[in-house]
Amino acid sequence: MYIFSNKLKTFAFILMALGIVGIAIGFLSAPSTTQEVEQILQAREHGHHDAATAHVAHDTESVAATAAADLHAEEHQAHLEHVLHGLENRPWAAVYVACIFALLISVGVLAFYAIQNAAMAGWSPILFRVMEGITGYLLPGTIIFLVLLALSGLHFNHLFVWMAEGVTDPASANYDAIVAGKSAYLNVPRWLITAVLILAGWNYYRFYARKHSIAQDTATDNSDYKKIFKASAAFLAFFIVTESIASWDWIMSIDPHWYSTLYGWYVLASFLVSAVTVIAMVTIYLRANGYLPNVNTSHLHDLAKFMFGFSIFWTYLWFSQFMLQWYSNIPEEVVYYITRIENYNLPFFGMLVLNFVLPLLILLNTDFKRLTWIIVMVGIFILVGHYLDFYVMIMPGTVGNEWFIGAPELGAIAFFAGLLIYCTFSTIAKQPLVAEKNPLMEESKHFQY
Amino acid sequence: MSTKVLHVLYNDDDVLMEAVHKTRSAHHHIEEIYTPFPVHGLDKAMGLAPTRLAICAFLYGLCGLSFGTWMINYMMISDWPQDIGGKPSFTFIQNMPSFVPIMFELTVFFAAHLMVLTFYMRSKLWPFKKAENPDVRTTDDHFLMEVSVKDNEEEMISFFKETGAVEIKVIDKQ
Repeated sequence: MYIFSNKLKTFAFILMALGIVGIAIGFLSAPSTTQEVEQILQAREHGHHDAATAHVAHDTESVAATAAADLHAEEHQAHLEHVLHGLENRPWAAVYVACIFALLISVGVLAFYAIQNAAMAGWSPILFRVMEGITGYLLPGTIIFLVLLALSGLHFNHLFVWMAEGVTDPASANYDAIVAGKSAYLNVPRWLITAVLILAGWNYYRFYARKHSIAQDTATDNSDYKKIFKASAAFLAFFIVTESIASWDWIMSIDPHWYSTLYGWYVLASFLVSAVTVIAMVTIYLRANGYLPNVNTSHLHDLAKFMFGFSIFWTYLWFSQFMLQWYSNIPEEVVYYITRIENYNLPFFGMLVLNFVLPLLILLNTDFKRLTWIIVMVGIFILVGHYLDFYVMIMPGTVGNEWFIGAPELGAIAFFAGLLIYCTFSTIAKQPLVAEKNPLMEESKHFQY
Repeated sequence: MSTKVLHVLYNDDDVLMEAVHKTRSAHHHIEEIYTPFPVHGLDKAMGLAPTRLAICAFLYGLCGLSFGTWMINYMMISDWPQDIGGKPSFTFIQNMPSFVPIMFELTVFFAAHLMVLTFYMRSKLWPFKKAENPDVRTTDDHFLMEVSVKDNEEEMISFFKETGAVEIKVIDKQ
């Protein structure tokens, strides 16, 4: 049995407390009126005179002011409102990115667990309790995420522009014909009900598999194992459909004018590689503390191979989506990438280094895949890189130019990381670390590569 | 000058593995082992050095990537930078996404083919090569261990009989 050490528990609570402080700073410092935005913009002008784009924009505005004062005042007001929406969205978006990233990591672990069960993999059963532990975050993560979705649906924030007042009403100044055309799919009741059903399905599989995994420990036959096997196969079929819908609903609908057909796969690859990384890191932590004596370097080698392979798979999908839209250069598609390259250049291309170049070059070597410090180091690159991936997916459509990784973003990361650590290790502490009666356990214990 | 070797035949890979361990601990020198199929762990038991073929493949892949980059940069950017369908051919980086498939395929092509050629050269395999097969049964169901004879031939023969050999032959190698 694993004992949740007080040190780690305190660490998780400190992370959560710091996170709440960071998130609170984000919400308190967000402006609520255009007057406040004006002050912020003026402070920024004085702050950096070198910022060429902002300066030029200001210059042209002041030229326009002398020429046509009325028009300028109107434009200026529209500009202020645009900036205000970005700044208002920032703390919400920061929480949303970290929340969906943590949730999808535990979903990814669940999917990986289902794959290992359905494939009857011989190497991984020794890690099943670790995987079940990380999916312990699924239920709390689901609840927080659904609350966030409900708050968006109730207009507490402007994360999803298609929810705004009047977008589907031709008489309104806000009318958007493209979004109105999609309103049969993009409407709040359908969106919320789908989210609840999808998450309920995932949680149900998690509950069912965990229940039978524990029951198998004291069983005299393999009926529980067979039930998990069948449930895993069924879950994977359900999962691949719902995951695609979830990625349209929760991420792609942030930019409702844009669409991409391989988006579901792309999101899947991103969180699956993060999930395998988290499994590897938790395994290494438990092994280093002497809780998993039967886990050898071959198990770590296999996990590192999955990290390596899924990193390349993610890059393949990233590039396929980017290159096809860049190549055809159809305005309605390519604007998605233009905003990212112009305003998010460093995170957009920087994540390629973290998610592709470094894992490729470091994890290529067989010997390196057996060294725990190498796996942990690359794991950190991958987790930071895929956080940035989700950041670049969500931020441009919500805060636009007003992005920065500061207190709200770091706070949200800390809060959800703390919660994930707490849920993971408290779940692991509830059951023996090795599911001894699993029929493949003997093979898994002696796995050598 | 002729050297004497023993050809020790086995008909089971587990017996062979056990025999290899015993032979090594008795400090007899194993010249070669002929098997009809890969025996898992045989190289480790014999104490063979690990292969460096993967390192070669990595370097060949780098060559392929460099070749692909140079070739497409020369053709599309330096030599005749035309406007083809509005693609920006001013600098390499501007038109890079459309070059990636070629750079990728050439990396794989070089890595794969040159590694295979390296394998053929290092293992001395080519068409019309005379097969080096000491006993035809080793391609079907027998395992043959070739051990050099140091001094006491009789003692060695009785040693290998102990290891479960089905047949032992003394061969004069030219």
